Amino acid sequence: MLLIHCPYCQEERPELEFRHAGEAHIARPTDMAALSDADFERFFFIRSNPKGIVFERWRHIHGCARFFNAARDTVSDRFLATYRAGDPKPALDGEGA
Amino acid sequence: MTQPFRIATAGRLGHADPVRFSFDGRILMGLSGDTLASALIANGIHLVGRSFKYHRPRGIVSAGAEEPNALVGIHRDAARRTPNVRATVQEVYEGLEAVSQNRWPSLAFDVGALNDVASPFFSAGFYYKTFMWPKAAWERLYEPFIRRAAGLGVAPDRPDPDLYANRFAHCDVLVIGGGAAGLAAALAAAETGAQVILADEQAQTGGALRYETGAVIDGQAGWDWAQTVTADLAARDNVRLLTRTTGFGYYAQNMVGLVERLTDHLAAPDPARPRERLWQVRAKRAVLATGAIERHMVFPGNDRPGIMLASAARTYLNHFGVAVGRNIAVYAADDGAWLAALDLHRAGVGVAAIVDARADVAGPHVEEAKRLGVACLPAHAVTGTTGRLRVSSIRVSPVAGGAARDIACDALLTSAGWTPAVHLFSQSRGKLVFEAETQRFLPGSNAQDVACAGACAGASGLAETVEQGLEAGARAGGATGGRTVAVREARGESWTGGMLGPADNGTGAKAFVDFQNDVTAKDIRQAVREGMRSIEHVKRFTTTGMATDQGKTSNMHGLAIAAAMLGKPIPEVGLTTFRAPYTPVTFGALAGHSRGALFEPVRRTPIHSWAEENGAEFEDVGQWKRAWYFPRNGEELHAAVARECRTVRASAGIFDASTLGKIEVVGPDAARFMELMYTNPWTKLGVGRCRYGVMLREDGFIYDDGVVGRLAEDRFHVTTTTGGAPRVLNHMEDYLQTEFPDLRVFLTSTSEQWAVIAVQGPRSRDIIAPLVERIDLSDEAMPHMSVREGSICGVPTRLFRMSFTGERGFEINVPADFGRAVWEAVWAEGRKHDACAYGTEAMHVLRAEKGFIIVGQETDGTVTPHDAGLGWAIGRNKADFVGMRGLRRADLVAPGRKQLVGLKTKDPDVVLDEGAQIVADPNQPVPMTMLGHVTSSYWSENCGRSIALALVAGGHDRMGETLHVPMPGGAIAVEVTSTVFFDEKGERANG
Ligand SMILES: [Zn+2]
Repeated sequence: MLLIHCPYCQEERPELEFRHAGEAHIARPTDMAALSDADFERFFFIRSNPKGIVFERWRHIHGCARFFNAARDTVSDRFLATYRAGDPKPALDGEGA
Repeated sequence: MTQPFRIATAGRLGHADPVRFSFDGRILMGLSGDTLASALIANGIHLVGRSFKYHRPRGIVSAGAEEPNALVGIHRDAARRTPNVRATVQEVYEGLEAVSQNRWPSLAFDVGALNDVASPFFSAGFYYKTFMWPKAAWERLYEPFIRRAAGLGVAPDRPDPDLYANRFAHCDVLVIGGGAAGLAAALAAAETGAQVILADEQAQTGGALRYETGAVIDGQAGWDWAQTVTADLAARDNVRLLTRTTGFGYYAQNMVGLVERLTDHLAAPDPARPRERLWQVRAKRAVLATGAIERHMVFPGNDRPGIMLASAARTYLNHFGVAVGRNIAVYAADDGAWLAALDLHRAGVGVAAIVDARADVAGPHVEEAKRLGVACLPAHAVTGTTGRLRVSSIRVSPVAGGAARDIACDALLTSAGWTPAVHLFSQSRGKLVFEAETQRFLPGSNAQDVACAGACAGASGLAETVEQGLEAGARAGGATGGRTVAVREARGESWTGGMLGPADNGTGAKAFVDFQNDVTAKDIRQAVREGMRSIEHVKRFTTTGMATDQGKTSNMHGLAIAAAMLGKPIPEVGLTTFRAPYTPVTFGALAGHSRGALFEPVRRTPIHSWAEENGAEFEDVGQWKRAWYFPRNGEELHAAVARECRTVRASAGIFDASTLGKIEVVGPDAARFMELMYTNPWTKLGVGRCRYGVMLREDGFIYDDGVVGRLAEDRFHVTTTTGGAPRVLNHMEDYLQTEFPDLRVFLTSTSEQWAVIAVQGPRSRDIIAPLVERIDLSDEAMPHMSVREGSICGVPTRLFRMSFTGERGFEINVPADFGRAVWEAVWAEGRKHDACAYGTEAMHVLRAEKGFIIVGQETDGTVTPHDAGLGWAIGRNKADFVGMRGLRRADLVAPGRKQLVGLKTKDPDVVLDEGAQIVADPNQPVPMTMLGHVTSSYWSENCGRSIALALVAGGHDRMGETLHVPMPGGAIAVEVTSTVFFDEKGERANG
């Protein structure tokens, strides 16, 4: 079980309090009506699934209920950073970067 | 009753109380402090079981958790029958009842031993080869065999009556293993003031000091030092000492799973106390002091009872005061086994010979053996053994070849050296490094904050072990200035030597590598000959290391034999993955309190008790208990439902709809948010009006539905399906927080705040009118699909005029605490109008008569609003809503999609099976082209016939067509119809 640092509660809490919510930094297009099939495919179906650093969304569903973003290394299963929804991807140094 | 192999002057149990126990019904005596294994050996019993594949007689191999052979059943009572207990771990208690396993009719005479004669049939890979043909043999032969192979012992057939506890703990330093290294580490860490947890799997700490006679630490005998340090640790407030506790799994972020056995050693456990406790420990730093595991020698006939590990024989003698035989022999490639022989010799046991596969043997132990006149045979190998139920002689030949001779013995001590127990380190994702010189895998680089100390880290003797423990403990405790505890000196025995694989050049037949799965050296060589190249393949082909002991004594032998055959260095052949649990863990420990009533919460509505008192039958809907139907005068389900359905349409029915999900959507941008979340338009919905809303996922498929009431410009009362409430709220929160964060909206779950009483039927208004205050209930003032706030029975209410039955209907929302009182008032009024209470089954039938869908029954995540006949619910002029773009995908607008239709069976009395497939031509060859399936099917009392809903390819264009539902009794002809079976014009809901 992972310990996850909630950037809103500002503390580490056990994974049981959280729910994973898929890849982060995929903005919903504002011009949905005009979206081409290829653009919709990219937006809705295609995910990066990297070996290494993944940017993903979590929700502190049994805590503050906020969605936030995290950078996690899928090889070591280690969280490199968690940050608030809407914040840019953090600059990661050292491990895995 | 005497214990003929107990030596009063040896061991540490001298004055312990005698204990009476039984093995296969035979009453025996042991001593308090014995394990079952030591007590059996004290009685001269080595034969304890039959092997899994060949049913060969098997004895006790080890004195610890690594035991591959001595698995027994422990019976306390009818419900407490634990199979596959290692006799070397089970402590004896007064009245203990042990039974041998995998034998019939008796341990000494076992019919299954015929397998041994037929052993070529069971050679490597037999699981994959043998079961191919003939087909009929599957039922008669193979399947029973495989099923039996699922385990050696017999699982209990009654529920586990014991309690199991669960605890989470946090500490600065977790030390696994209470031998010399672990005790030193715990002491050094505790000295820094750190919070320390020390776990050891045995009843007492001390580890290998239990048998090492020559160990001296800090001026005391090793064992005495261990007990002194343990008492010191136990007295400290910052140390938690857990004995009989196994660290079985190492997980992410230094989470370590421990299982503590609390009562298995007690004669009369308190049933109110837990049997085991699962610890989930989050350690800032961990020190692994898990020791090493001795390997047996690989030679033909090495599995006879009486053949055991040298360290085990020393443990039985030096700790338990039990001699493993009267005339023993030794076969080893390791110095420690010589010390075992010398210990036994000192205790008066005859030593027939010490056979060592190594040519160069030297040292004080060799000199001492020679001085005592023991036959020493370096550069020799054991090439065979005799003795049906216990070893009686060994055959010895020079390794280089030459004349063989037989040596009589009643026990054989073997040692091929020590394998560091790196299981937990490997589970922590640390890298292992192969040390070619000593042929060992040792801990390399870390992935987590963990250190290894002692034999598991490759220490070559006691001094280094204690040194490593002190250093690792001090560092883990955060000390910056080096050591925190001084130990004057530690001196012990040489741990040098060891070999992998067999010493002789024989075929390897009956030279067992893995005792528990009956895998021989020959099997492993055959696997390589048949093309297995990786050890992972060899493992699966031969099943070596795949038994419950996970190959603790055998994996390195198997690997070395495969590597030699392949002509590759060991690291290139690979090492199989170490998986949790280190030793078997009971399901009880993992389940803890989460069983029976505590397995899952049960949700009951505020009206539940009334339904119970009024004879309702209940059904489970997710975690909810819902009133299913209300039988009267012994009615069956169908009679009750028919009556309830009739009554609702004739007069009225009252229904507990409290389980509906409810979400309050509030804020200046609430309408804009609703526009984005639902397909429907909301901006122009008037205050006090309701609308049926359809929610999609981004891909265009139906996600949920429900009636939404607008209470104010900035306030919507949203209802969801019973099961959908949490995910709908999560879905809404997701979009609100991450896609539309600028919208000023608050979402609140109100599912549990409102009790909901549905009153449906032509008399519904007459029933509630006397109870409602401050609301005009006339059709003009409050038409179908409207909502008002007022009060009922003096309680505030949100009163919806809506209908899931097609009748004039109301849903009364009142604060949950008043749910039952208001229900009773409505019920009293209802009785004046011959209304009934109805349950979920009637609700389902009534809505199906009207063609109303249930999300999850008519939909399955691949159904669009158009497919479900709900295209009308999509706002035409909306710029955006979730799912809008998805709905335009080519496949979702293509012709031939499965669409929701009604089905009427040609024979109105036939009720279709839900889930049944639908075809155009029932006489086509199998496999038929299936057009769709039945989603809902009922007997409709109001229609006087059966009705069904179905998803059918191109269904909307098939009205009037005849299709067929093939069933085991023949195909059933059906006509495709509209989904509305009753009141097709929909007039009744309006009054
Ligand atoms: Zn939080």
